[in-house]
Amino acid sequence: MEHRVVTLNPDVALRPEPFGALAYHYGNRRLVFLRHPDLVAVVYALDGHRTIAEVLDAEGIAPRRRASFVAALASMLDSEMLCERATRANHRDGAPLRSSGAVIGAPPVVPLSFVHTAEVHQ
Amino acid sequence: MSTSQHSLVDELKSGLDAPICLTWELTYACNLQCVHCLSSSGRRDPHELTTQEAFGVLDDLAEMQVFYINIGGGEPMIRRDFFDILDHAARRGIGVKFSTNGAYLTPERARRLASMDYLDVQISLDGLDAATNDPVRGDGSYALARTAMDNLAGAGFGPFKISIVVTRHNVAQLDGFKALADEYGATLRVTRLRPSGRGADSWHELHPTNEQQREIHRWLLDHGDHVLTGDSFFHLNALGESLPGLNMCGAGRVVCLIDPTGDVYACPFVIHDEFKAGSVRDAGGFAAVWRESDTFLALRQPQSAGACASCGQFDACQGGCMAAKFFTGLPLDGPDPECVVGHGEAALLEGSTPPLMLVDHSRPVPVTLLAR
Ligand code: SF4
Ligand code: SF4
Repeated sequence: MEHRVVTLNPDVALRPEPFGALAYHYGNRRLVFLRHPDLVAVVYALDGHRTIAEVLDAEGIAPRRRASFVAALASMLDSEMLCERATRANHRDGAPLRSSGAVIGAPPVVPLSFVHTAEVHQ
Repeated sequence: MSTSQHSLVDELKSGLDAPICLTWELTYACNLQCVHCLSSSGRRDPHELTTQEAFGVLDDLAEMQVFYINIGGGEPMIRRDFFDILDHAARRGIGVKFSTNGAYLTPERARRLASMDYLDVQISLDGLDAATNDPVRGDGSYALARTAMDNLAGAGFGPFKISIVVTRHNVAQLDGFKALADEYGATLRVTRLRPSGRGADSWHELHPTNEQQREIHRWLLDHGDHVLTGDSFFHLNALGESLPGLNMCGAGRVVCLIDPTGDVYACPFVIHDEFKAGSVRDAGGFAAVWRESDTFLALRQPQSAGACASCGQFDACQGGCMAAKFFTGLPLDGPDPECVVGHGEAALLEGSTPPLMLVDHSRPVPVTLLAR
């Protein structure tokens, strides 16, 4: 996952909120709560040119938090909130392909919540 | 419920910078006179927003990044500028879902709708046949709705929505509604009946019995992933297993209503002074009402569980729906009138004084309540 080049789907709009941001997909009507400001910063920084690993580095995400960021981005990719730009053929050698999930103590969680249809309480 | 979901609900309860479920009723005018109409619609109000004012509201919503809105009424297609409003919303990047009884959804209009992007259409239906539907929605309304569905299907609109309010008389038809939706390639939406608007008068005869509530709960557990509910049945979570969706009252926190005259209420089911937060015509427009009104700020404070505090189910059920309590005259910090452990019923039996309806646009013709 970390070597992939992804970007925000052009059908998706982001709206800042006190807890992070809301993302809405105009096509599949999904609503996603990005529940950490750092995750929002990472999503904004996905530019379709750099790999996820490069973006996480650039945003200064500590190694012990990387796994949860990668998982959050993977689930956003799954639900088409992100889309994949053609993976760069020769991504930098030695770019970390494994996520450093082995940490001691509570796993650093980047909470992400999906509301499947954007129809919320009515 | 996972802890992360829990804290999401807590975050949402303290309010968002802009609503995520905004309903805008375009007009109080309606060709029908449903006995459970939440907005007591019928006649147009002379002070309804003009086209220019409506465009202004959409501009404000776009500025606040409201992604999509639900348009309703009355019958929104009655407005002569209906398509202009849809077009303006699309120009401003606001997705629209509108609810209609289908009367004005001709083949030609269906084709026009089918050509538009980011648009959902929802046809209201309350029975699988005229015999079940028409006593609630009015003579001929079943045929109107089915014709509208045929027109949408004929125009290749794609998956529209069929919206059912669950009543005592149609609980047994849930499977049938699902089959009907499947037949059209449509999405079924079932929501809870509230005693709002004219529903205050018909609720006692229409709301599902306790036994039926269990049936609804079971059915939603079995079908919930493929059926929309607007998260409206969370009071049933007290029966055990929780239904999918956000388990909270969103009024004034993530939900609100703009009425045809521009007044802003906490939710579509509480059109009453008590829950009026201001008007889009006030200085500062909708954004100021949403962000600063005392009514909304109060709703975003932690709420007391009141008489529900001692109930082991409170976390699951949240004491139910504020509108249902208010319009049956029950205290807001107590059980829902349809509390599944019977506390609401008991409170109603003890006696309650429902509030007076202050906003009523019903036509002054005698309405035969449930001719059955
Ligand atoms: S007493 Fe209150 S919390 Fe308990 S089930 Fe009834 S409405 Fe829900
Ligand atoms: S008052 Fe009832 S209908 Fe309105 S948002 Fe709250 S629970 Fe939903």
